Amino acid sequence: MSASTFAQHLLTGISLGGSYALIAIGYTMVYGILRLINFAHGDIFMISGYFMVFAMASFPWYISLPLVLAGTVLLGVVIEKVAYKPLRSAPRMSIMISAIGVSYLLQNLATYLFTAIPKAYPEIPFLKKIFQFGDISASLVTLITPVLTVILVILLMQLINHTKLGMAMRAVSKDTEASRLMGIKVNNTISMTFVIGSLLAGIGAVLYFTDRMTVYPYSGSLPGLKCFVAAVLGGIGSIPGAVIGGFIIGICETFLVAFGYSTFSDAFTFLLLIVILLVRPTGLFGEAATDKV
Amino acid sequence: MSKNKSRDLVLSVLLAAAVCGVLAYFQADTSKHSYAISIIERSAIYAVVAVAMNLLNGFTGLFSLGQAGFMALGAYVTAVLTIPVEVRSNVYYMNGIAPWLENLSMPMIPAMILGGLVAAAAAALIGIPVLRLKSDYLAIATLGFAEIIRAFLAAPMMDTITNGSYGLNNIPGFKNVFQPVLIAAVCIAVMVLLINSSYGRAFKAIREDDVAAEAMGINLFRHKELAFIISSFFTGVGGGMLAVFMRSIDTKTFQVTLTYNILLIVVLGGIGSVTGSIIGSFLINGGQEWLRFLDSPLTIGGVSIPLFRPGFRMVIYSILLMVVVLFWRRGIMGTSEFTWNGLFGLFKRKQKKKSPAGGEV
Repeated sequence: MSASTFAQHLLTGISLGGSYALIAIGYTMVYGILRLINFAHGDIFMISGYFMVFAMASFPWYISLPLVLAGTVLLGVVIEKVAYKPLRSAPRMSIMISAIGVSYLLQNLATYLFTAIPKAYPEIPFLKKIFQFGDISASLVTLITPVLTVILVILLMQLINHTKLGMAMRAVSKDTEASRLMGIKVNNTISMTFVIGSLLAGIGAVLYFTDRMTVYPYSGSLPGLKCFVAAVLGGIGSIPGAVIGGFIIGICETFLVAFGYSTFSDAFTFLLLIVILLVRPTGLFGEAATDKV
Repeated sequence: MSKNKSRDLVLSVLLAAAVCGVLAYFQADTSKHSYAISIIERSAIYAVVAVAMNLLNGFTGLFSLGQAGFMALGAYVTAVLTIPVEVRSNVYYMNGIAPWLENLSMPMIPAMILGGLVAAAAAALIGIPVLRLKSDYLAIATLGFAEIIRAFLAAPMMDTITNGSYGLNNIPGFKNVFQPVLIAAVCIAVMVLLINSSYGRAFKAIREDDVAAEAMGINLFRHKELAFIISSFFTGVGGGMLAVFMRSIDTKTFQVTLTYNILLIVVLGGIGSVTGSIIGSFLINGGQEWLRFLDSPLTIGGVSIPLFRPGFRMVIYSILLMVVVLFWRRGIMGTSEFTWNGLFGLFKRKQKKKSPAGGEV
């Protein structure tokens, strides 16, 4: 493998990792606050892809984009209110089954409404512009993804560390009961977590699907699981961890495919999960002392 | 009590005889009743897998989502060993068949048992690292292993055994409808015996409180591993039955959706109830056919209703799963089992509302 092919694959990997990172943040924030694997998060991401297909059919991209993001956020919040909120005090298995149920519902609903045939993802013209650096060529979306990811993460970190809302989120994830006693509106805080998670998933969906070019009802399930693995790899609850995890998995996957092991690229991700859980269950940046293992 | 016992025995024998009678009626004219027969066979197979999942999720409290992977192992072992030697060159026309496998063949039942054993062996290996995890981490790790098993079966190196993406076909089917029902009944009976044994009580103790169970001298890891292996064995046998039922399989059959379908059955029937899982399996698989009208266009009075088109049934099923989890968490049976007393109690309660709650033990 020559230096330029290596650089080309690395660039693709970083770009894929950027969109993974944006989705992984949603997992890590929800898990941090509710101790729930939001199985539906990957499917929210998929539905967001479909929103874009339909929005772009009637509007130019600068109107579609905010519409799609608003729709995705609304979907995330509605799911939280309908499927997770009534089960706050239920056993953990019930809320997990509820999450699986939402995921199953979104997939079946997408199959029903949009058929299982992959739909072409609309092109946002300027994102597909090709740049050439010596032997390496890349479209603008490939270059923009990691940059945008890093910017969004920095903004999010500011929000979490320096605003009242961020403080409330940190408090709820540490101790829900105590923060309720301190006058924090726990339900609003949890909803805000879903707003942020879904917003980032919506942005991730635009970047991911612009590169992939098609959306189908199951296109969210495997990336969703991979992003959860990314969140665990980085240390669940830690946002920088989720980002690093996303980049690691994106780059590893791209190189496995480049070396011709594409059948194993999914299996590799899960192998990574199991190794991480056994060797370092708190992940790379996670805080110690939780009851995962 | 002894009067009730003999009455229950008589009723159970009568029920078994009635089931045999119905099956014999269908068997007498297979071409006419092929639809009903396929529903019964599919339900019986799903019942085995659902009870096996319940053994793990409901009775031991280990939330595992690896069913599809273990079913795949059982299905592939059964398929590879039962495809008649004469047609193998046709099945493997693309990749050729591994030389050691060429003439290796087995009757159906030993092949299924071997499939179960392979699944159990895989579970034993997977269990060592995975069973140290708890709740959702266990769920995602087992889900991950199911995907790994699927990737392994689809891998190019396995092409001469699993036939890669072409899948396996020409698997000989069941000879009659009694065969799958009987195999399912034996599998479920063995699991019920296990649940009622001292091991079963240890499993329930672990489900209720693992720290207390350990304090009572139950070896946590050994019992969890045992539950995982036994559940996987029967899941593998169920996979083998599914291969024989479908007569052609490929790795796409065993995606996560299959696990979700079984989870739906278990949740609907009641987590922790064997009879609930069996009833759930027959309801869901029967519903597949009864609700088929949901998938075909419907016209009432010349107005076609746009809601009814392919895929609507699965939407209804997923909403059903959500409704059960949100509003009816105990499912049909809760954690109790079907008893004749319970059934009569139900009737009595309906007749005069003041009669005591039926003796569901």
